[in-house]
Amino acid sequence: MSAVEAAAVSSGKAQSGAAEAIHVENLHKKFGQLHVLKGVSLSARDGEVIAIIGGSGSGKSTLLRCINCLENPTSGIIRVNGEEIKLKADSHGHTVPADRKQIERIRSKLGMVFQNFNLWSHMTLIENVIEVPVHVLGVKRDEAIAQAEKLLARVGLAEKRDVYPAYLSGGQQQRAAIARALAINPRVMLFDEPTSALDPELVGEVLKVIGDLAREGRTMVLVTHEMKFAREVATHVVYLYNGLVEEEGPPEQIFGAPKSERLKQFIRNVG
Amino acid sequence: MLGLLHSLEIAVGATIVGLFIGICGAYGKLYGGPVVRDLLAVYTTVVRAVPELVLILLLYYAGTDLINQVLTAIGYQRVDISGLVAGIAVLGFCQGAYSTEVMRGAILAIPQGQIEAARAFGMSPGLLLRRITLPAMLPFAIPGLANLWLIATKDTALLAVVGFFELTLATRQAAGVTKAYLIFYLAAGVLYLAVTLFSNFLLGRAEKWARRGMPSVKEAR
Repeated sequence: MSAVEAAAVSSGKAQSGAAEAIHVENLHKKFGQLHVLKGVSLSARDGEVIAIIGGSGSGKSTLLRCINCLENPTSGIIRVNGEEIKLKADSHGHTVPADRKQIERIRSKLGMVFQNFNLWSHMTLIENVIEVPVHVLGVKRDEAIAQAEKLLARVGLAEKRDVYPAYLSGGQQQRAAIARALAINPRVMLFDEPTSALDPELVGEVLKVIGDLAREGRTMVLVTHEMKFAREVATHVVYLYNGLVEEEGPPEQIFGAPKSERLKQFIRNVG
Repeated sequence: MLGLLHSLEIAVGATIVGLFIGICGAYGKLYGGPVVRDLLAVYTTVVRAVPELVLILLLYYAGTDLINQVLTAIGYQRVDISGLVAGIAVLGFCQGAYSTEVMRGAILAIPQGQIEAARAFGMSPGLLLRRITLPAMLPFAIPGLANLWLIATKDTALLAVVGFFELTLATRQAAGVTKAYLIFYLAAGVLYLAVTLFSNFLLGRAEKWARRGMPSVKEAR
């Protein structure tokens, strides 16, 4: 354990309260010459809703995708559920997960929702929702189906259980994708701009589902362009600018009394 | 009729071998290291460049010879490789090169987000291949693979030159003995046609099934 990490653990213990579900420290990510993340730290305790906001190219999606190693960070520490993701350098000098089993186990605790839904097109909705519980987590098929039916009902898609994703609207597909992520009973939900690919009139139905999850105390990390929504549901807002955390704090402070000039301008522009 | 059976045995065997090589080859070409990719590029280029008849003669005679030389060198008895096994191996090897490219194209046609989603939920590479990649690429691969299957049924005729008793050789012998050339060759042609028609029926069903999650293209016209 490095000195930095040891310090982080002790400071983490000092703050009493909920356990830390996600801990990111001094994260760097380079795509070739492009330095996208330049030392970002982030923490999500149980029950917190972290909203990551920022302009295009600020690195917010990359940050989210590093948490479950869909992008491999160039350097930095990521802990999920207290377990640090082991990274190593491959023969080309890229950082890659050192232990495939570990990364698969960690990923199966993180429910990811994508901008473009990414439902599996050869499966019906119910098959999409039971896929990971049955084949990755080893849940019995009938149990998984019973649970999936509840989840689909919850996102308002009970009667669409045997429909293929291509026959549904974007909003319906995204709600199904949320049900699929919930089906693994995730420790943390990760949302990567979940409403950016939707028609304006479909955004509301998806935000309502996400908002309900936030209100029932589910831990979430949310990359979003919906400032009003972030203000309503987030417990903590992180504003990224050019690969660095420019300002962070509770939503009232970030949206009500921003300190940084850049953040003020960003809020003026998008609001 | 025995000739037809032999032809189909070889075609089925070669297609299965070819599919297996194709899946491995496509994966290697897409995700393999530089050495694997180069080797596969040589394989697909050479096999697709050289006429199949030449390859069959080369692999059938030189290949069995090589195997026996290796076997005697390490102290085993020479084996008599059956025409069936050799035929399947040789045609499968040729088919593999074509199906590598068909599968590579089909895998590239899968929306990458679906593969990413599977990785994000902790699927292992094997599970990902079985549950997501293979079924998702099938609709894009079936037309190309159907071509390969039909070519395989007819390429079995090339094995007549190495003396394997398949439909064409059987026809030639029967025609030679009875002198009824027209009848026997027409009959052989009809049998090949029947195989194709039956295959088309099955492949059509298979394609319909593989495209189950996709709206009909007619509606988008």
